[in-house]
Amino acid sequence: MRTYHQLTDPDRSGLADQIGAQRKRVAERLAAVQRIVAVMSGKGGVGKSYVTAHLARGLARAGRSVGVLDADLNGPTIPGLLQVSPTVQPPAMGLDGVKCVSMGQFIAEGAPLAFTGPAAESFVWRGAMEASALREFLGDVEWGDLEVLLLDLPPGMQRYIELCDILGNPPAVLTVTIPTPESRDAVRRAMRAAVDHGSDLLGIVENMVGGELKGTAGDDLAAEFAIPVVARIPWHPTADTWDQLGARISGARRTTDDAR
Amino acid sequence: MKFLCVECDQQMAFAERELPGDGTLAATFKCPKCGRVVAMLTNPMETQLVSSLGVEIGGRTIPAEPFEMIRTNVVTGGLAWSSDAQERLSRVPSFVRGMVKKIYADYAKERGITESTPALMDTARAELGLEGM
Repeated sequence: MRTYHQLTDPDRSGLADQIGAQRKRVAERLAAVQRIVAVMSGKGGVGKSYVTAHLARGLARAGRSVGVLDADLNGPTIPGLLQVSPTVQPPAMGLDGVKCVSMGQFIAEGAPLAFTGPAAESFVWRGAMEASALREFLGDVEWGDLEVLLLDLPPGMQRYIELCDILGNPPAVLTVTIPTPESRDAVRRAMRAAVDHGSDLLGIVENMVGGELKGTAGDDLAAEFAIPVVARIPWHPTADTWDQLGARISGARRTTDDAR
Repeated sequence: MKFLCVECDQQMAFAERELPGDGTLAATFKCPKCGRVVAMLTNPMETQLVSSLGVEIGGRTIPAEPFEMIRTNVVTGGLAWSSDAQERLSRVPSFVRGMVKKIYADYAKERGITESTPALMDTARAELGLEGM
């Protein structure tokens, strides 16, 4: 009996072609985006979304065209931070003219992200559903010409890995940590994974500095990965704080030609 | 996934796809040589897994609409759909399904209705002049 690869007739379902078409759609949509930066951390609660939203606003105030893709599908906070209506068709226009898309624009306020379908064994398909939602965010939002698209990632590495797969090229990464050693250890793993996937590390943002949180996570990680601490964000930052971060990110080095 | 007619040593060709409306899928394949037909039946979990990839067994005849997977599969939190209503909605062509779903959802929301049923869909169609949707 012949094996799978010995059957060479065209497959009418063309599943591989359908997947290829999805990738092409994303690539075409993002062709007008000059630079994609993933804001990530291996640790939850360090302020990734807060940093992302305010960095975007800082860039926008400097005259950049900026979009934010809220990749935290289960805990979308970007619409609130940018003060966009949850019912507006994406991309919504937020504070300072920042465009954004978020799952928060598709589900009712306070509702958890849930999918139709069989409840039993949903773990089998739920991850794929979320990856498809991320793909649609990347491939279906008409951003127009953007200088920077910031991707606000949830804690952990799963979404980053999906992102690398969907984009084809690993995005540049801006890492957010808080000063504590616990954060340093969790963020280190995420940064190592980003390096392993070929992402360009733009720098470290150390958030919640100057309060009760003690440690040197920012400096430790900067030394270990030979990248700069691009900002230390105090508990009560001003617009200048974010404008300066925006300026540093705009001028951050690019170590790979294809990093956008 | 491919099917082989072992007797003829021929790759079977996709013939037809059916969505019975209970979350399962039936796809039939036919041997081009002897004409034998076999059906692949998937359970709801398997069907959902395929759906989650954004692909269609049998191939796409119409390009995907923007946010098609999200609009079709994400529970918006505003309206529950009975299984009968879901079945009926699944018969709406995918390229307008999201829009149709939203029309019914908005109709129900405006009236404080929390579950969509075929009866509600009939009423909405009649009131909104949406015959055929």
